[in-house]
Amino acid sequence: MAVISYREALRAAMREELKRDDKVVIMGEEVAQFNGAYKVTEGLLKEFGPKRVVDTPISEAGFIGLGIGASMLGIRPVMELMFWSFSYVAFDQIVNNAGNIRYMSGGLINCPIVIRGPANGGTNVGATHSHTPEAILASHPGIKVVCPATPYDAKGLLKAAIRDNDPVYVMENTILYNDKGEVPDEDYIVPLGVADVKREGTDLTIVAHGRAVITSLKAAEILEQEHGVSVEVVDLRSIRPLDEETILASVRKTHRALLVEENKPFCGVDAQVAYLIQSRAFDELDAPIHRVSSIDAPQIYCKRMEDQQLPDVNRVVREALKVLA
Amino acid sequence: MAEIIDMPKLSDTMSVGTLVKWNIKEGQTVAFGDILGEVETDKATMELSCTVPGTILKIYAPAGSQLPVGAPICAIGKKGEAAPEPAAAPAPKAPATAVPAIPEKTDVSCIPAAPSSSGSVAPQSDASRAKASPYAKRMAEKAALNVAALAGSGPGGRVVGRDVAAAASAPAAAAPSGPLNVAVAPPADGKGIQPDADVPVGGMRQTIARRLLESKITVPHFYLEVEVDAAPLMAMRESLNKRLAETGADAIKLSVNDFILKASAEALRRVPAVNASWAGTSIRTHGAVHLSFGVALEDGLVTPVIRDAHAKTLKDIAVEAKSLIGKARSKKLTPGEMSGSTFTVTNLGMYGVTGFFGIINVPNAAILSVGATIKKPVVDAQDRLVIGHRMVIGLSGDHRVVDGANGAQFLQALKQLLEEPALMLI
Repeated sequence: MAVISYREALRAAMREELKRDDKVVIMGEEVAQFNGAYKVTEGLLKEFGPKRVVDTPISEAGFIGLGIGASMLGIRPVMELMFWSFSYVAFDQIVNNAGNIRYMSGGLINCPIVIRGPANGGTNVGATHSHTPEAILASHPGIKVVCPATPYDAKGLLKAAIRDNDPVYVMENTILYNDKGEVPDEDYIVPLGVADVKREGTDLTIVAHGRAVITSLKAAEILEQEHGVSVEVVDLRSIRPLDEETILASVRKTHRALLVEENKPFCGVDAQVAYLIQSRAFDELDAPIHRVSSIDAPQIYCKRMEDQQLPDVNRVVREALKVLA
Repeated sequence: MAEIIDMPKLSDTMSVGTLVKWNIKEGQTVAFGDILGEVETDKATMELSCTVPGTILKIYAPAGSQLPVGAPICAIGKKGEAAPEPAAAPAPKAPATAVPAIPEKTDVSCIPAAPSSSGSVAPQSDASRAKASPYAKRMAEKAALNVAALAGSGPGGRVVGRDVAAAASAPAAAAPSGPLNVAVAPPADGKGIQPDADVPVGGMRQTIARRLLESKITVPHFYLEVEVDAAPLMAMRESLNKRLAETGADAIKLSVNDFILKASAEALRRVPAVNASWAGTSIRTHGAVHLSFGVALEDGLVTPVIRDAHAKTLKDIAVEAKSLIGKARSKKLTPGEMSGSTFTVTNLGMYGVTGFFGIINVPNAAILSVGATIKKPVVDAQDRLVIGHRMVIGLSGDHRVVDGANGAQFLQALKQLLEEPALMLI
């Protein structure tokens, strides 16, 4: 099995799907000639030509709308947003048009669009370029949202997203682009709506998604080494559909839950997960559910303060010990 | 619009009530204030008065049925209206784990006819409010353990899973459920002294079981005993009763117990440290003496309370005790008349028991156990062997609140008051 980066895994997913299905096209700002703002689409123009890999104007509302229209006519566009923060200027297209057309056409029209790009803080790019809108988007029925944490999941989830007949929004993380991991050479997908137990444990369940999974795995190691605590880490992978059973099975095993995400806490994904656990596993809980989220403020520009704003290993360890008290 | 009347919560500790009887029938018209029937709670039988005038559309629970608080018992509406289908009632649970479904609506349609006085009474401890995680409660239910009786190692003393696991694996805790399941050979002659049976227990018995188990397990009891010369008391009682009978003074007859109650209140005034409660992280001292005393009933025991006994005369106490005993026997005591005690007196002297130690009535710090007055040889102050009238009194103390020395001082004061009973009259 090859060891490749998260960025290469995403690129491999797109290349394989471009080859497999001639309806798949890549569109976005600077995805073709410039090889992508973050080089995720590097080499695809050269390999597949300008009909399959298309540069767009700097107009999210326009080109996302174009992709949605194309997808309704049978094309399977994979759209890149330079940052998911820019989705807000195309919110009507992303939420209202893509999310509702299948329902409003009585199932006659599908919208198999994929929109992907980075959605993360921590890179000193300021409040308007650091949003994590997975909770906002997932709150709309009709929309699917995934947040891969590893190269394996990045490739498998993106391929599953491209093959899915509904709009699927893939939230990546620029800090993870260079992370390496084992990725199979053969064709595989990671099904949407299936969480993954990234580390098994018996004393505490940490539920996380995206880069928070990596932070939680490091925290779990410290908790084991320094505090003798066995921590299970559940990676949601899909925000919607949400794999409720895997979360509940883990809580039924450990009886304690800590929820970690890089979202802001208010109405975050973990607010929903906490509700789920208390409503369906109340009698399993041996302690209140705790959360670790980004500190509730616009993304801080000062790098040293921004590093404190995001959940880090120390904060996860500290909060885990509170749940374990 | 028909209204469903639920089983009301008539006491702090009530989770289940028994509908003793209905005074009404389906189709009958009822007015505000009518007594619909009687409900037996964990300690008392109380009347249900009607606050929703109308026609009884449906009686959901027949007389004799036992129902959790909040379960529908009847529906009242307009004549000819269809009775609403009540939502499925929750199944009664064991009191140790039941969380009473307290109706939160303010228009509770049935209220107890007798108002329950609350005042500044100490809260009764309640197992259903024990601080325990949901997981610990579920584990305890499975293991038939009382979470309220366990020491919690979680934050703020919360009982968590590991505490229940430790208790369940302790050998002593595992025993109780065993023998009940052992098949007992029937008596050889086919005629036993009573049937082999599992007799369901009522609310009062459940409460006794729960509260006394909780006390015996969680309160570190210690025991002191003193022997009292009861001759002066007997003489004084006889002379007082004789004069009272002659003057026909409301036909009061003072019992030995009345003297003990009065002497206890006075002894608590002298050693107030005993009139206190353990409050988790502090000791709560009580300014008033609310004296509780045991009244044996055919099917159990209740402990009515004489409020402000420190401020009452011997006669006041005698009259009030008599009234409370009467109410206890007819099960008419209200929860207010049975809660908020600061000290308890229990007396088995009338059965000839010479001495014993009661289990502390939490949250009291001590309980006084009074034995029979018996004639026996004693050596008097002049070293002569004489016939003495002796009474043995035991004190069970909560060592978290009271130490041996306080307890001894209290008994010393009590002994002096009983041996020189005239002191009680001033």
